[in-house]
Amino acid sequence: MPMMIMPKMGDGMEEGTLLKWLKAEGDEVSQGDAIAEIETDKVSLEIEATESGTLARLLVGEGDVVPIGQPIAQIGADDGSVTASATGDAAATTALADTGADAEPTGQTVVNLKSDAEASEPAGAGASTATSVAPAATEAPVPTGGSGNGRFRASPLVKRLASEHGIDLTQIDGSGPGGRIVKDDVMPFVTGGQKQQPRAAQPEPTPVAAQATPAAPAAEAAPKIATSSQVSAPARHVGRPEPVLRDLPRIRRVTGRRMAESKQTVPHFYVTAEIAMDAAAAFRSEVNAQVPEGGARVSFNDMIVKAAALALPQHRDLNASFEDGELYDHVNIDINIAVALDGGLIAPFIADADQKSLGAVSRASKDLIGRAKNGGLKPEEYQGGTFTISNLGMLDVDEFIAVINPPQAAILAVGAIVRTPVVSGNEIVIGQRMKLTVAADHRAVDGAEVARFLQTVRGYLERPMTLALG
Amino acid sequence: MAVMTYRDALKSALADEMERDESVVLIGEDIGLYGGTHLITDKLIDRFGKKRVIDTPIAEGGFTGAAIGMAMNGMKPVVEMMTWNFSFLASDQIIQNAAKLRYFSGGQVSVPIVIRGPNGGGVQLSAQHTHSLEGFYGQFPGLKVVAPATPEDVKGMMLTAIRDPDPVIFMEAGALYGTKGEVPEGDATVPFGKARIAREGSDISLISYGRQVNLLLKVADQLAKEQDVQAEVIDLRSIRPFDSETIIESVKKTNRAVVVQEQWRWFSVASEVAAIIQEHAFDYLDAPVERVSGAEVPAPYARNLEIAAFPGVSQVIEAANRALYRKG
Repeated sequence: MPMMIMPKMGDGMEEGTLLKWLKAEGDEVSQGDAIAEIETDKVSLEIEATESGTLARLLVGEGDVVPIGQPIAQIGADDGSVTASATGDAAATTALADTGADAEPTGQTVVNLKSDAEASEPAGAGASTATSVAPAATEAPVPTGGSGNGRFRASPLVKRLASEHGIDLTQIDGSGPGGRIVKDDVMPFVTGGQKQQPRAAQPEPTPVAAQATPAAPAAEAAPKIATSSQVSAPARHVGRPEPVLRDLPRIRRVTGRRMAESKQTVPHFYVTAEIAMDAAAAFRSEVNAQVPEGGARVSFNDMIVKAAALALPQHRDLNASFEDGELYDHVNIDINIAVALDGGLIAPFIADADQKSLGAVSRASKDLIGRAKNGGLKPEEYQGGTFTISNLGMLDVDEFIAVINPPQAAILAVGAIVRTPVVSGNEIVIGQRMKLTVAADHRAVDGAEVARFLQTVRGYLERPMTLALG
Repeated sequence: MAVMTYRDALKSALADEMERDESVVLIGEDIGLYGGTHLITDKLIDRFGKKRVIDTPIAEGGFTGAAIGMAMNGMKPVVEMMTWNFSFLASDQIIQNAAKLRYFSGGQVSVPIVIRGPNGGGVQLSAQHTHSLEGFYGQFPGLKVVAPATPEDVKGMMLTAIRDPDPVIFMEAGALYGTKGEVPEGDATVPFGKARIAREGSDISLISYGRQVNLLLKVADQLAKEQDVQAEVIDLRSIRPFDSETIIESVKKTNRAVVVQEQWRWFSVASEVAAIIQEHAFDYLDAPVERVSGAEVPAPYARNLEIAAFPGVSQVIEAANRALYRKG
């Protein structure tokens, strides 16, 4: 019976989250039908049935994290055999017999269990009743831990050990099928060989403080690994409401990891320049006046993207990547534009932006942003890129600095265009100004080169007709 | 301790008990003058005479019914089924009478009968002569079902069976009649409802009964040698009554279990064992309980197909590796 697997949607993808089943067990599907939504590092996608037939079994639950290549569903041929064995009716035996010695019955046998105690009674030693035995009471009620990620997240043993030893399962990657956390994954924490670092280990609130003896400041309490009761939440002030543990969306997790890695390992430095945008604004009004009703209007951001794309070939150091101790120059100019989503950030790129006309850049940008917000981006549209632009101008931000999108060498942060008094000749007039800040990787590029890059960008934006020439 | 075959151990239990208790009689096809198709009763007719070693016509329903009547009247008959496959003809007597008379009579009548014979297959006897019926008979309250795997156990459990006041379905491992092992001297009974740990281990519990126990010991050796996995092998011995405790203790220690049986998977002993484990040791399981069973087909005759249809070393190792989350 054909299996559908978690597909590899891009080079960096190792696992995906099954967000939502679009079809249910037993549904008829045709090849090409969307059967599930999955979420990879950065985007959600629909995956399509590889075969036609009955969707016999869904092998993972919604929210499960599944390594690539792992089966997620089984599609049966349209011969009814699946249904028969799944329901365990008499036809099942026939269906199974046909498949030979390795037949794996797919049905779950539900047996009304006869108590062994009763079975061991000599016949007639008392009235035995055919009741089902109550399952043994579990010794400790096991909270679902922080996981809450679905049925197969951890084996029962692991859940019990986690509860007894105060292990936060959300911090552990499962090596079993479907990412199930199994015994081997947690034993290092149980046997004490490894200490788990909770996400926010803080000094325990000291009882001394509660007794109002200020001479013993709480800060002196040695930091301790949080105990089981507080393992998944930071320590907090007594008497204040408990913080609520939030289910971290995958994209937020990934963004967080990449940004932390960037900020911790890349030597950032920052260069800011103020650009006069009066000519750019006039140019934009003129261009957009030609756009027919309902047509796509050119944004300031499109102009900045185009200006950067034209400037980068002249300042190659900023169109580079520092990876594994080596510096790589990119021959292409692919500009990523950071798009804010509800759950995090994504930065699809406009390929060969230097080669595209301003209009083409504008159309590509609108298309990517639109699909990023619907989760409709393909991995090849956001994995890669050579230089990133992040624009918060529309949110009335004067200026800001961005974190480099690794392994790229630089990122451009764009502030709002503000009307401000400026000196023109010997007069003060009202001008439109915008601040651009480049954050750059000092291993790849030096400050002077970044300053020159900004001068070039300024040249294009202050003489915007040149954007149309490039 | 004497080393003897499974066959001789069984015969010595019958002879000892006949010596000890005059009410014990043997009854079945070809067990007297011919000495038994499997030579289990060889020459016993010379020793105890034809009133106590009774040859019957080929009529399982008839002689089993006769034996039940004898038992109701104070005798302790031991019935030989030439193979358990023929017991279908006697199953009405076994299930409708032997298993129920104590209940029907409110405890006034008991049926201290033992029905014994070889069970299972693996020796090219084809579909009609290769049934493993322990799960089938294990279904019926009122019957006790045992399946010893060693000479020591076959003797000790036969002594217990004959002394038991209720009907005992005694399933011998036909393929093991010629295997040898140590058997304690004297009246060494083996109780029902107590599993045997055939090999101690810490990493995974391999559970079976009858001839598959030997298969599991082989698997355990291979796992230890090739993968440094210490498997615990449990021989259930007794299907009903059933020793849950030993299994649960073992799984609590190892966190993983593979149940192996020659019979078919559906509605089987392994189904029951898996259910008991999840009921009583759920919080100790690191992986789903694996079952390795006979293929869901009538047993094939052709040798290559027969080998493929029954559990072998490779299937059990694969199941163990799945439970251990190893690639193998």
